[in-house]
Amino acid sequence: MLAMNKDRALRIALPILVLALVLLAWDLVVRAFAIPPYVLPGPGAVFGALIGDRALLWDSLLVTLAITFEGFLLATVGGVLLAVAFNQWRVVEYSLYPYAVILQVTPVVAIAPLLLIYLPQHLAVLACAWIVAFFPVLANTTLGLNSVDHNLLALFELYKASRWRILWHLKLPAALPQMLAGLRIAGGLSLIGAVVAEIAAGSAGAGSGLAYRIAESGYRLNIPRMFAALLLLSLAGVAIFFALSALSHVVLRRWHESAVTRER
Amino acid sequence: MPVDTGSPLARGRRRGFVAATDQTRPIVSLRGVGKVFASGVRALDRFDLAVPEGEFVSLLGPSGCGKSTALRIIAGLSEASEGAVAWAGGAGAGPGHIGFVFQEPTLMPWADVAANVRLPLKLADADPAHASEAVARALARVGLAEFAGAFPRELSGGMKMRASIARALVTEPELLLMDEPFAALDEITRFKLNNDLLSVWQELRRTVIFVTHSVFESVYLSQRIVVMTPRPGRVFAEISVPVPYPRDEGFRTSADYAALCRQVSQALDAAMGEAAAR
Repeated sequence: MLAMNKDRALRIALPILVLALVLLAWDLVVRAFAIPPYVLPGPGAVFGALIGDRALLWDSLLVTLAITFEGFLLATVGGVLLAVAFNQWRVVEYSLYPYAVILQVTPVVAIAPLLLIYLPQHLAVLACAWIVAFFPVLANTTLGLNSVDHNLLALFELYKASRWRILWHLKLPAALPQMLAGLRIAGGLSLIGAVVAEIAAGSAGAGSGLAYRIAESGYRLNIPRMFAALLLLSLAGVAIFFALSALSHVVLRRWHESAVTRER
Repeated sequence: MPVDTGSPLARGRRRGFVAATDQTRPIVSLRGVGKVFASGVRALDRFDLAVPEGEFVSLLGPSGCGKSTALRIIAGLSEASEGAVAWAGGAGAGPGHIGFVFQEPTLMPWADVAANVRLPLKLADADPAHASEAVARALARVGLAEFAGAFPRELSGGMKMRASIARALVTEPELLLMDEPFAALDEITRFKLNNDLLSVWQELRRTVIFVTHSVFESVYLSQRIVVMTPRPGRVFAEISVPVPYPRDEGFRTSADYAALCRQVSQALDAAMGEAAAR
């Protein structure tokens, strides 16, 4: 018990110690070489920008989070529905799977400018978030739906269950762990997709998300604000990851090995 | 219904049924059933089997002799390539008609024991109140009444198998098909489950077709043992076990039991030898 507590304390204390040391070194270097803030601001200046520009940055954060959330939601619905369609109708899988892969392997940075020509900016950014996020949901859910225990499948057949009941009562619950793993990846990716599209759109003018703030601050040599916006983006990514991990844990905690803590 | 208790141990090969069950018509019969898989492997060849109502019959043979295939064909999970499966009254296998116990417990890990046992009734759209009663009865029958709310991963191997048997019993099927259900269990658990299965069978008097590769288990449990040849599976011998129920540890350690096991072992060896000679 004591050993476990100590282990946990170390897990929390050590990363904080590392962070403190890095910040200290950063600050010392900036001071010792008298580096101007438009080249490399010290941690104090970044923190100052975070506080000073908080209204602006907060609004931008909300814009980016909204886009990320919408993209994630669309990716989840689209990915799961497409996976179900693949699983139920082989014709659909054969027809569409190659294009899902092509959409996935084409770098979103390269697609974004094109989308910005044809779509209103908001939709273009959303489309980018969706494109990068939906594939892991699709791939993982498909894997889950296809790896149902064949004896359980035989049991359902024995009791003459319709294919939709097999889907609802057997395949979807069985695919849940993989689906949730897909969602965890998709959460981070939709943030990346949104940021990439915003950066691409930034040069085109309008926009107020965090990525746009980074681009804009870059043009103005407002480096502390660049760092502050970047920091917020990282924190948003971490928060998304933890939220989805928590969701996965809550859903699976009673039955799946990945969520069960065992005493040894 | 007691089997002919007075007769000496049946010797040698015999085809047909134990005397006491002769009058009952078969609940299911397989005639000249063959199965060839897409890979070209022949699993069954001219396989004949008639199972009278209420009988406990074992299919005994080495791994890969097609016993499981025969069971899946009876269950309607697999299509026979040749021959025919006939049912009493001409009815095919319908839901509720057959209970199937797999070699693995095959429980849904996301559902608790009660929900797992309830599944066949849910798929049959049974009345919920009636279903709850049936689930409670089935769980009590296998000694799992207190574990209705437990999840499969919280149960031991033996308890998982009990849950699996309860699920097969919940529809009160006329025919119970069991595919090496206790093969993966330790001996102590296995003996316990053998005894409990027999007492459930004596209470319900449903027909059981039990697939196993254990000579000892087949003799302990069944009224009749069908010894099969390895690939392709055919009926090599039928041996009746004319020992009355209830059978208990006394039977397991008796000379009769030992003699029957020897007889069945010899038949199994001969079946393997015949296959090797081919």
